[in-house]
Amino acid sequence: MKNVVPVLTVVAALIVIWYASAVALNAPWAYDKAKRADVEITFGEMVADTMRQKKPKLPVPHQVGAEIWKTTGGMVAKGRAFSKRSLIYHSWITLSATLLGFAMGTGLGIALSVGIVYNRTMDMSVMPWVIASQTIPILAIAPMIIVVLNAIGISGLLPKAVISMYLSFFPVVVGMVKGLRSPDHMMVDQMKTWHATGGQEFWKLRLPSSMPFLFPSLKVAMAASLVGAIVGELPTGAVAGLGARLLAGSYYGQTIQIWSALITAAALAAALVGIIGILQKVVLKRMGMAS
Amino acid sequence: MIWLMTGIVCWFAGWRANVVLSRLPRTRGTSLAIPVIFGATLIMIWECVVRGFEINPVLLPAPSVIALTFATSIPTLWQDFVQTAIKGALSGYVLGCGAAFLTALVIDRYPFLQRGLLPVGNFVAALPIIGMAPIMVMWFGFDWQSKAAVVVVMVFFPMLVNTVEGLQATNHMQRDLMQTYAASYGQTLWRLRLPAAMPFVFNGLKISTTLALIGAIVAEFFGSPIKGMGFRISTEVGRLALDMVWAEIVVAALAGSLFYGGVALLEKVVTFWHPSQRQTR
Repeated sequence: MKNVVPVLTVVAALIVIWYASAVALNAPWAYDKAKRADVEITFGEMVADTMRQKKPKLPVPHQVGAEIWKTTGGMVAKGRAFSKRSLIYHSWITLSATLLGFAMGTGLGIALSVGIVYNRTMDMSVMPWVIASQTIPILAIAPMIIVVLNAIGISGLLPKAVISMYLSFFPVVVGMVKGLRSPDHMMVDQMKTWHATGGQEFWKLRLPSSMPFLFPSLKVAMAASLVGAIVGELPTGAVAGLGARLLAGSYYGQTIQIWSALITAAALAAALVGIIGILQKVVLKRMGMAS
Repeated sequence: MIWLMTGIVCWFAGWRANVVLSRLPRTRGTSLAIPVIFGATLIMIWECVVRGFEINPVLLPAPSVIALTFATSIPTLWQDFVQTAIKGALSGYVLGCGAAFLTALVIDRYPFLQRGLLPVGNFVAALPIIGMAPIMVMWFGFDWQSKAAVVVVMVFFPMLVNTVEGLQATNHMQRDLMQTYAASYGQTLWRLRLPAAMPFVFNGLKISTTLALIGAIVAEFFGSPIKGMGFRISTEVGRLALDMVWAEIVVAALAGSLFYGGVALLEKVVTFWHPSQRQTR
């Protein structure tokens, strides 16, 4: 808890910097407007104007907050929480792709890691490629995956989830391989003296001892999965989802819309990672491994 | 039919060879040959499946077609590579990692900042920063400067978190020893803590290589001059010229691997003393 004061200080400083740069970045446009209207404006008026512009270079936090409220809470109040203008709707689209991709990626990652740990051939042939696969900027392939899967009749959720899966399986593989190998010789020998079968060794020793490694990987995987879903929405022609909001905003210069989508995505990421954090605490505590 | 048979034969031959090879004692040769055989087998299967099932090249071109396109359009690919990888990614990478490193030194000096900025940095490192791309394109224009800016914000926080962690990697005994030598802050930093931090710094640098290329490519989806890898991929997808897209992906893969490999090589030279880098016999 001793971190609260420094963290709040830093956050406050960031907000002050945000306001200051908003004024600095938006000032030319304010002066420009005044010049064309042939009026002299004072410094105070200029500052006030920078916070009210419709398409500012950098919207100030309360403008973004108002926009987010208008498109979430405000829509709920009007009983149109899932209309196409509502950020809740767009967040849901992105969230569903993220979760599906995350589940697929985690499944694939765990399956691969079990194979790698138990099969020497697989370890030596697949592991280098798993690592190499991540040096390839896979997001570059996102548009192609979308278009190709669309051409064979798969559209909507799945193509985005595939991209999320590709981004999220890697941390899980790396973490789980480390985790499944973490029991030392003594423990494995102990299982042998108890005449444990391979299955018993896996379920009662290796899998439980991999849990502390799994959860940090899941956090990374979840964050990566969200990025995948957002980028996967870009080439679909800005139909729905947070990524589509970003793209539409950048086409029409709606900076406030971009920032509100961005902040919503950030909040989503924080919430998802936070949920895994809570899960981690509960599970590790139940297993007697809480640190 | 013949192609399908060839594919299946390749599959079994490759798998068999790897099983045999992996039973041999692990040497440099086998640990290099096995993944190479695995990759070659995959490409052969791909080729055979595409030819055997006569898959439409609009969906999935065969590796041989991609190789041909790659060979015939090297000038375009090179131009795109320079625009995206060198101008966009590399300059942003250097700026971002450099700035993060210096910030980490400052943070390390002041415990207050450490307690305040680190949680925020950890939080930001998990955010979808790629979303900053449209904003950066709006601020810095369509050319490579905006791509470099996206890369800077993308690599900054992972690098910062890793470097700060690395600077804390020394233990009390080591710092006490420096104290008994009457070493100044600068001397302790230069002779003890920076070398000890290097494995962590390189970890951050390696993570950042991938992020840098991703950032530069994705930023081009939001607007770019008529060259660059991201631009080429999105327009060629629109024209359904998938062989060109795959050629561009090969370039991206090569650039990514080279970039990563370069940093890994540098790591080997700089942190030769670290247990993970020592030659095991």
